[in-house]
Amino acid sequence: MHQTAFWLFLAIVAVTLVITYIASKKTKSTSEFYTAGGGLTGWQNGLAIAGDYMSAASFLGIAGTIALAGFDGFFYSIGFLVAYLVVLYLVAEPLRNLGNYTIADMIAARFDAKKVRGVAALNTITISTFYMIAQLVGAGALIKLLLGLTYTQSVLIVGALMTVYVVFGGMHATSWVQIIKAVLLMGGTLLLSVLVFAKYNFNVYDMFNAMKTATPLKESFLNPGNKYKIPLDTLSLNLALVLGTAGLPHILIRFFTVRDAATARSSVVYATWIIGIFYVMTIFLGFGAAGFVGYDNILAADKGGNMAAPLLARELGGEFFFAFISAVAFATILAVVAGLVLSAASAFAHDFYSHILRKGQAGEKEQMKVARWASVGVAVVSILLALLASKLNVAFLVSVAFAIAASANLPVILFTIFWKRFNTTGAIAGMLTGLISAIVLVAMSPSVWSPVEGKAIFVGDPWFTLANPGIISIPLGFIGAIVGTLLSRRKAEDDAKFEEIQVRSNMML
Amino acid sequence: MSNAQSRTQSDSSRYSAIARSAQFQSLLKRKRRFIVPMTVFFLAFYFLLPILTSYTTILNEDAIGPISWAWLFAFAQFIMTWALCIAYSRKAKKFDEAVAAIRSEHHI
Repeated sequence: MHQTAFWLFLAIVAVTLVITYIASKKTKSTSEFYTAGGGLTGWQNGLAIAGDYMSAASFLGIAGTIALAGFDGFFYSIGFLVAYLVVLYLVAEPLRNLGNYTIADMIAARFDAKKVRGVAALNTITISTFYMIAQLVGAGALIKLLLGLTYTQSVLIVGALMTVYVVFGGMHATSWVQIIKAVLLMGGTLLLSVLVFAKYNFNVYDMFNAMKTATPLKESFLNPGNKYKIPLDTLSLNLALVLGTAGLPHILIRFFTVRDAATARSSVVYATWIIGIFYVMTIFLGFGAAGFVGYDNILAADKGGNMAAPLLARELGGEFFFAFISAVAFATILAVVAGLVLSAASAFAHDFYSHILRKGQAGEKEQMKVARWASVGVAVVSILLALLASKLNVAFLVSVAFAIAASANLPVILFTIFWKRFNTTGAIAGMLTGLISAIVLVAMSPSVWSPVEGKAIFVGDPWFTLANPGIISIPLGFIGAIVGTLLSRRKAEDDAKFEEIQVRSNMML
Repeated sequence: MSNAQSRTQSDSSRYSAIARSAQFQSLLKRKRRFIVPMTVFFLAFYFLLPILTSYTTILNEDAIGPISWAWLFAFAQFIMTWALCIAYSRKAKKFDEAVAAIRSEHHI
C-alpha cells in the first residue's frame, strides 16, 4: 500500500465528512435537500458545475488519450467545452425559470401529464446510472492500483461515501464537495502543467517539436486521425459531445441551486472559464505523459491509458506528488458520483413518488424520507451494476450517457421552450425515440460486439458500425418529437399554455 | 367559483396579456435575432474542425513553427467559446433591462 496516498485519501474523506456533517444541520426541507435552498452565488455554483462536470473521464481519460493518440484525444476537450455555449445560449435561463428540482419539472411546467413526467424521470435515471457506473468502474480501478485494495472493496468505499454525502448532506454537501474538488483539481493540474512546461523551457515550439519524435506515432502524433479513422464516427462523437451536456441531468439540476436566471447565467460563465482553462491544460498532461512517462509505460500501467496523469506526476514530482495527484483524482470521482446519486434520486423521489404515486399529496416529512431512501436505493443499484461491469471501458460508458442525453433529453427541452405547436404526444414520442434508439444502436455497436474475443462484451459482428450512436439517434430524437406532435390533434388550450411558457421562461413571476 | 380556479384564470389572462404586449413581443424578437444566428455560428465553427480533419488533410500543414493549422483551429475553439460567453453576458444585461421594464409595466 502506498503510505502517503493512504493518508491523503483519508484526509479527503475526513474533510468531506465534516462538510457533510455541517450540511446535514442545514438540510431540513426538500428544497434544502434538492437545491441547497437555491442560495448559492454565481461563483459558488460555477465552481460546483465545474466540479460536477470534470470527471475521471476528463482528468484521467483525456490525458491518457492525448498521450496515446495525440490530437484525437483533444476532440473530447473541445467538445466538452463548446457544449457550454449550448447550455448558456439555449437552456440555462429558461430551465431555471421554469423548473424547481428536476428536468421533469421543467417539461411538466408545460405538459402536466403524468406520462410526460414519468418518461422524463426515466431518462434522468437511465443517463445518470450509465454515467455513475462509468465513474465507479474508474474509481475501482484507480484505488485498486494505488492502495492495493481489491476492485470490490474500492467500489464499496466510493459507493458508501457518495451515499453518506447525499443522504445526510443533500445538495449542500454535494455542492461543497464539488467546489473543493474543483479547486483541488485546478490546483493539481496547474502544478503538473507548469512542471511539464518548465521541462520544455516554457517554449511551446519545443514542446510541439518534442512530440514529433516522442511516440511510436512519430510526426503523425500531432495530426488528427490516429484514433478515429471513420469520418462519420468522428462526427457522431463530436455531435454527442457538444449536444450532450445540455441534456445531462446532474449538470442541469445545478441551475436550481441559484436564486434566479441571471445567477444561473453567471454561473455558466464562471464554469466555462474554469472548465476551458482545465481543458487547455489537458494538452500539457497528455504531451507530458507522452514525453516523460513514455508510450510503453503508460500502456503497461493501464491499457486504456487512464494512469497517464498520475504516472506523469510521479515522473516529474516524485512519490509525494504522485500520491497528491492520485488523491485529486479520488476527490474528482467522489464529487461527480455524489451529483449523480442526487440527480437520479430526485427523479425517483420527487417525480415518481411525490408527483405520480402520491399526486402531490405527500407532506414535507414524508418527501424527505423518500428522497433519502431513494438515494440509498440508487446508490445500492449502481454499486451492484458497477461490480458486474468491472470489465467495461469507462470512456465508452460516458459517451453512451452523453449520446442518450443529447438524443432523449435535449430535443424535448428545446421544443418545450421554443416550439409553439409542440404537445404532450410529441414530448413522449421524442423522449422515448431518443432513449430507445440510442440504447439499441449502442447495443448493436462495435463497442459491444467484436469478432475478436476480449475486444468487446460479446463475440460477433456488430450490426451498427459506428461506436457512437449520436449522428443517428440525436436526429431521431428530434424527428420523434416532431412526428408525434404533428400526428396528434391540435388543441386550443395548448396555445394559451405556450403563451404562459414564453412569459415564464423569459421572466420569473 | 373556488379560489384556486379564479387564481388560475387570472394567472392565465395575465400571462396572455404579457405575452401579447408589444414590449414582450419585441423582447422575444430581439432575443431570437441574437440567439439564432449566434447558435448557428458556433455550431458551424465547431463542426468545421472535425469535418475538415475527417475528409481532408489540409489542416496538417504547419502554421506557426511546428504547430499545425489543426491545433490552431482547436485553440480558436476555446477563444470562440470564451468570446461568445462574454458576448452573451453583455447582451443578456440588455434583455434584463427589457424584462424589468415589462415587469413594472404589468405591476409584477
